[in-house]
Amino acid sequence: MPKNLRINSSNFIDETTRVSFKFDGKTYYGFKGDTLASALIANGIHLVARSFKYHRPRGIMTAGSEEPNAIVQINGNTAYTEPNVRATEIEIYDGLEASSQNCWPNVNFDIGGINNILSPLLPAGFYYKTFMWPASFWEKYEYFIRKSAGLGKSPTKPDPDLYEHKYIHCDVLVIGGGISGIMAAKTSAENNYKTLLLDEKPHLGGTTIYQSSEFNKINNQYSSKWLEKEISKLKNIKNLEIKTRTSVAAYHGYNFLLARENLTDHLPLNKKKDKIRQRLLKIRAKKVIAATGSIERPLIFNNNDRPGIILSSAIKKYSDYYGVVCGKENILFTNNDSAYETAISLFNKGIKINAIIDIREKVNSEITNHAEKIGIKIYNSYTIVDTSGYRRIKEVSIMKLSKDGQSVTGSKVKIKCDCLGISGGWTPAVHLFTQSGGKLKFDNEDNVFIPSKYPSDQISIGSCNGEFDLNTIIKNFNQNIKNFLGIDKTSFEDLKINSTKEILKKNIWLLPSDKAIGKCKPFVDFQNDATAKDIKLALREGFRSIEHVKRYTTTGMGTDQGKLGNMHALGIISDTSGVKMSDLGTTTFRPPYTPLTFGTIVGRNVGEFFDIFRKTPMHDWHVDNNAEFENVGQWKRAWYYPKKGESMFDAVQRESKAARDGAGILDASTLGKIDIQGSDASEFLNRVYTNAWSKLAIGKCRYGLMLNEDGMVYDDGVTTRLDENHYIMTTTTGGAATVLGKLEDYLQTEWPELDVYLTSVTDHFATISVCGPNSKKIVKKVIPDLDLSDEEFPHMSFKNAKIDNIKCRVMRISFTGEQSYEINIQANFGKSVWEKCMDAGKEFNITPYGTETMHLLRAEKGFIIVGQDTDATLTPIDLQMDWIVSKKKYDFIGKRSLYRSDTIKEDRKQLVGIVTEDPREVLEEGAQIVADVSKKPVEMLGHITSSYFSPNLNKSIALGVVKGGKNMLGKKLFIPMKNKIINVQVADPVFLDKENKRLNA
Amino acid sequence: MFIINCPYCGEREQSEFKAGGEAHIERPKQPTELSDDQWAEYLFMRKNIKGIQFERWVHVHGCRKWFNMVRDTTNDQIHAVYKMGEKPPIK
Ligand SMILES: [Zn+2]
Repeated sequence: MPKNLRINSSNFIDETTRVSFKFDGKTYYGFKGDTLASALIANGIHLVARSFKYHRPRGIMTAGSEEPNAIVQINGNTAYTEPNVRATEIEIYDGLEASSQNCWPNVNFDIGGINNILSPLLPAGFYYKTFMWPASFWEKYEYFIRKSAGLGKSPTKPDPDLYEHKYIHCDVLVIGGGISGIMAAKTSAENNYKTLLLDEKPHLGGTTIYQSSEFNKINNQYSSKWLEKEISKLKNIKNLEIKTRTSVAAYHGYNFLLARENLTDHLPLNKKKDKIRQRLLKIRAKKVIAATGSIERPLIFNNNDRPGIILSSAIKKYSDYYGVVCGKENILFTNNDSAYETAISLFNKGIKINAIIDIREKVNSEITNHAEKIGIKIYNSYTIVDTSGYRRIKEVSIMKLSKDGQSVTGSKVKIKCDCLGISGGWTPAVHLFTQSGGKLKFDNEDNVFIPSKYPSDQISIGSCNGEFDLNTIIKNFNQNIKNFLGIDKTSFEDLKINSTKEILKKNIWLLPSDKAIGKCKPFVDFQNDATAKDIKLALREGFRSIEHVKRYTTTGMGTDQGKLGNMHALGIISDTSGVKMSDLGTTTFRPPYTPLTFGTIVGRNVGEFFDIFRKTPMHDWHVDNNAEFENVGQWKRAWYYPKKGESMFDAVQRESKAARDGAGILDASTLGKIDIQGSDASEFLNRVYTNAWSKLAIGKCRYGLMLNEDGMVYDDGVTTRLDENHYIMTTTTGGAATVLGKLEDYLQTEWPELDVYLTSVTDHFATISVCGPNSKKIVKKVIPDLDLSDEEFPHMSFKNAKIDNIKCRVMRISFTGEQSYEINIQANFGKSVWEKCMDAGKEFNITPYGTETMHLLRAEKGFIIVGQDTDATLTPIDLQMDWIVSKKKYDFIGKRSLYRSDTIKEDRKQLVGIVTEDPREVLEEGAQIVADVSKKPVEMLGHITSSYFSPNLNKSIALGVVKGGKNMLGKKLFIPMKNKIINVQVADPVFLDKENKRLNA
Repeated sequence: MFIINCPYCGEREQSEFKAGGEAHIERPKQPTELSDDQWAEYLFMRKNIKGIQFERWVHVHGCRKWFNMVRDTTNDQIHAVYKMGEKPPIK
């Protein structure tokens, strides 16, 4: 490490602990406490990245989360890899590996740099204009664009780290641990408010904590010393929780905030293991104090992006906080007093300041006079017109500004340097405030947007509220915080403050050069390579809205959301278009304030915890018997039970045949079950189903179809009358929750006069369906006391029964067309009754079947599956189920819609059976159905909704919806596929046992 | 995320609730006597107001009760919550 780049030791760097890390494959050393950026600068490295579009060499520009350039990929090709990490934020640890992004083959020699030479060809909107035409070429362009652009590489392996979410409730949340935030947190906690203080940095204290200047004193001490004591007092305050390395990502309405707490990113690899990496805090605060500070602005001038051009405040932080010198020959370029602080601080450490270039006329403030007194060369009313140096700045050219600041005059002066500090003033960090819905106002004196209308119980204090000198900050703090917290006094009212006041302000958004703008490169958005020229071009091409200019030029659209240059973009638009800044408004700041990892967002909801899954009481049996499962809503349902060597097709064919030839058994527990009670239960069913229910006898079952108010089929199922005022309704597996919700809605809001109570009992019962010609014999063995004769227990009826003294309900209902019995028993007995049925059925070759076989069997009978054969555009009439729509009932949900002009059209899509000419040909579900393939464009008549090979009919069968299909019975149609056209014929959707003989077989 | 003051349970997180569209649209008592246009008015037409809006909500992960709410859609301030069947407390 070149020793001379480390200067006086710093309180924040542990020089006794050397840390080794790699950057672009080379090993370097830094100290504990360094960020990657400070360690690289200490090693003399400034060039760390290539820019996005022109691949220009770029260096570290800031010392914080606003960094646009020094964006790196860490941890290479491992599962721990992460792109777009700001070198200015990541703290180095032993074993850290970082590499540059956006460059190939390497950062020092980058092929994409040719874009820089071609840049006259790459203006704003270039991508839109060029690559969008002709459309068919996009695929070819895309390959090259993706290869040469892009911000880092996504990980390809699952994230091995742990993350979690945590809820926090507090009285007062203080965002930002600078001087304002610390005073606020202390005041709040001391006044019995449960307080939470968050700061994104590893240490509290903001910029004040390293401010050791004669010009910033509190009670005759350096402000840093004073603040250090205040921070040490915080430990003893009850009610105060402090979290550092915690960045607020989002500020939503009602004081709901999200923050990311970084727990292990700064630790060496071996210490990260098995620890939570990042935690998403979900904070609900009664009051919020934003003390988010401000971000220094760059200046916009020709070639303002070279490595070695750094924000003035960042140079100060690198030297005062990290003890690292950014350059040996420094120049500062400014429009305000704060660069003088940097200059004086460097000067006091013996670091050479070649010049201060100030666009203002001679200023007479305490601090500028001091700089002059100690012999720093100051150029007033000068601007930089160009810079040189490819991989690092070497020289600046300056010229005198004209009176109006719009042009330059006189002769050019060249000054050598290896580091240029720039300061264009300060931008209050109002991002979170605006996210919360706050309205900004423009302050013409400081050219800043500051909070004006608070949408919730919150306040902004300090420099994020446009207060920039210590005196103003403390004075306003005392007044505002007392009002905000409703207290009489703070402990900061008698402080003696020495601070300088800025007396001359001057702002030029785009600084002139001796060259025409067309020949200049004044960067506004460094990360996205947008220049002032691009913004002017956008305006010339007619873009007016700031939101449009942003998208066209991509200004502010990088991962840094343009934290540095957005104000300049606005300023340039305002200057060019003549619209006042206050009327332009700002673009919308969106969460997150800084990028979040996906891990933080999902927390523990990964792998098996990604979603809830529901298991039936017989689940373990299915697992033990080799079932494959399918997801139906949140349920895991047995799909089919392959025997050794069987494909899915083989298994389903076997199961389907067994169910019709001998006996089948299905776990139907997932069907939704709603218990309906009350003296108006029958009337209620009349209103929600299309058919009539009043006359259903006790002990009988009925199939019902439920519509939406628009007449479209919504759900179906069998409902059983258990007693005079007691029904049990079944719904589809997927529809259970929404059906209950819909029924509750009608009951509570439209028909509150009905005496009806709904209870979801889906999970209370296990449902076992035994079907096939031997089903009666099997059930008889399981429940010997039950009279199963057709006279006593016919199809569509129900009996109460007992199995081993446990009550159960038995329904004789069928979804397969076979004689079948459904046993409903208390869920925890489900598995043992299932096993009982299996034992009893052994001699009849009882075969467990899954959902796939169930679907096949019902399709043979032409029974619909809501959601597969229907898609919320089909009425019961479209389904050829006119028989289930009561003509007599005055009203039911959806009735009126069944004769709207649209629903009575003859050529609506209607459900029909489809058979293939070749009985072995099984159609693809979703395949298009057409009548004429010769006429282009081919008219699509409909599509296949269900399709199977039926082992019981030994042919292919399908259901589909076809325009006007109802009147097409026997008509020949076509299914055009990729390599062939399949001939089909419209058929009756009931393929098997149209007379329903098997129900009683 | 709002805090909603359920008329039955008190203040709860918005995530416990579900919105149910415009409030005070009564299902016609005699749908069969309506013209297509009149029925369409009930079935399809909903307001989408910038400003004060009357809307239905249900405390779906709580007491499962429906209620009405007056919300300013420009800033999400909730001006009132009231039970089904009650008159809006605000015009
Ligand atoms: Zn409630």
